[in-house]
Amino acid sequence: MSHIPPEESSLEPKNEAQTMQRREFLKNAVLTTGTIVGVGGSLSLLTRQASAATPEAALIGGAKRPLGPYDTSEAQTSYQSITTYNNFYEFGTDKAEPAKRAGTLKTRPWTVLLDGEVKKPQRVDIDTLQSWFPLEDRIYRMRCVEGWSMVIPWFGFPLAALVRRMQPTSKAKYIQFTALNDPKQMPGQLEGVLEWPYVEGLRLDEALHPLSFMAVGIGGRLLPNQNGAPLRLVVPWKYGFKGIKSIVRITLTSTMPRTTWALSNPGEYGFYANVNPKVDHPRWSQATERRIGELSRRPTLPFNGYAREVASLYSGMDLRRNF
Amino acid sequence: MTPQLESVSKPSKPIKASKLSWLGPGVVLGGLLPLVVMIWDAYSGLLGANPVQRATHQTGLLATILLLASLACTPLRQTLGWTWPARVRKALGLLAFTYAFLHMLIYFVIDHGLSLSVIVEDILKRPFITVGFAAVVLMIPLAITSSKGMVRKLGFVRWQGLHRLVYLAAGLAALHFIWQTKKDLREPLLYAGILGVLLLTRVVWNLRKKKGRPAAAPASRSS
Ligand code: HEM
Repeated sequence: MSHIPPEESSLEPKNEAQTMQRREFLKNAVLTTGTIVGVGGSLSLLTRQASAATPEAALIGGAKRPLGPYDTSEAQTSYQSITTYNNFYEFGTDKAEPAKRAGTLKTRPWTVLLDGEVKKPQRVDIDTLQSWFPLEDRIYRMRCVEGWSMVIPWFGFPLAALVRRMQPTSKAKYIQFTALNDPKQMPGQLEGVLEWPYVEGLRLDEALHPLSFMAVGIGGRLLPNQNGAPLRLVVPWKYGFKGIKSIVRITLTSTMPRTTWALSNPGEYGFYANVNPKVDHPRWSQATERRIGELSRRPTLPFNGYAREVASLYSGMDLRRNF
Repeated sequence: MTPQLESVSKPSKPIKASKLSWLGPGVVLGGLLPLVVMIWDAYSGLLGANPVQRATHQTGLLATILLLASLACTPLRQTLGWTWPARVRKALGLLAFTYAFLHMLIYFVIDHGLSLSVIVEDILKRPFITVGFAAVVLMIPLAITSSKGMVRKLGFVRWQGLHRLVYLAAGLAALHFIWQTKKDLREPLLYAGILGVLLLTRVVWNLRKKKGRPAAAPASRSS
């Protein structure tokens, strides 16, 4: 493309043809740039995602303390990542969406219904419920069924303390958690990807295990909405989807709860959902995981590294069938 | 083979060579712009908490969109009579291949550190990887034979036969998109739907052509 006229003629075009040529060159330059911007811009619009901003949440927690018996000493995932990379389908299926859209969730006033196989069913305000127990930190690994993991400093109370306070009857064998069902506050529920409300559950002995935890905060701050405010479950040896968020009801039952992901796709997600590198998801391997913040993958550990604490809960069970 | 060759190398409506000379470079550079932006984002930490996954998703989507765009060129001529898209079809196809290859490299090299056992297991055992890999493999001969010289060397009929593989590659890519999804199928189904419409347009067009004008002029045969 030799559209550029020679040096001397650029000052004073000698003839019509040169003027035309120069005009043509300019026009081409403009059109090329326009095409680059148009094509590149639309492709970027279709495929690029803006990252969400880190939330500001009220401090509620205490000062730093020595590690407890259940804490991991591994490097903690950044607060930025913990609060902007979330699976919370009530606010959309993309992991950046909860951080951007969860502002519509109103977490005060909030009540939780405690019922089922209990001595006395009751509805309790979240602040009252929180005041029943001393709040503590728990630094846990969290392994998502999709093959990534984090280390999160939760803040809350052991689930066992709550179960005992509910006074189970002799018929209570399981615990069922139900999340908020309100499309006005949770716009993702209008998208019909899963059945709402989200329901999760545990066997009662799993719920009574000292690792099972109810979180109201992260790193000493109140839970940001996208992380499941104001109350969520944390079961560190199970895949992350067991950790139901924004809980409004806790029910003790005699039969196994029908949980959301297991209902939606029984061949891929089970009731137990214990982290197990040997049992692959039908479509991907569970042998390795990417710790958020790291580039390459690391091996996944049985029960997410909590085998010593929890493996005995499942002795005699075929964990391939009960996945 | 030579008579048909004429029909590819020259568009049916002659356009002055210089008239659209900006289009090709514009599309190629514009197509590479998202890659530049992505590298910039990676460098400045804007790819989010899981940058490798974000890069995988972005390159996968770019490959899919560009592949669909390259497949839209012929239906656009058939339905609207536009001839200019055909001029950038090759560029779009090569860009799609570039992003698909990058997408595969990110997964095998960064994600799995080029561990051969993992790669082989993934390709054999995970259907969504199997079909994705097949799509990339199918696109390799197409990329290699995309030049005018290659059309001449193979002869147009054989070249065209070979390049029909792009439909298979696009179908596999759509399947890959659907199968890699955990639950929300709306986006992959949208792309699969667009692919369906594009393929249907060709089928309907070819049927109508066969019926209406049994002896179609060779000039309108470049598909
Ligand atoms: C060996 C070849 C390939 C491999 C190993 C591969 C691997 C992957 C992986 C690992 C994911 C992400 C899964 C996840 O994060 O859950 C993915 C997603 C995707 N891939 Fe591929 N892929 C291959 C070929 C292709 C080809 C040829 C195309 C299209 C032309 C493609 C288009 C996509 C798309 C559109 C997505 C989804 C992106 C999104 O969800 O935003 N892939 N692929």
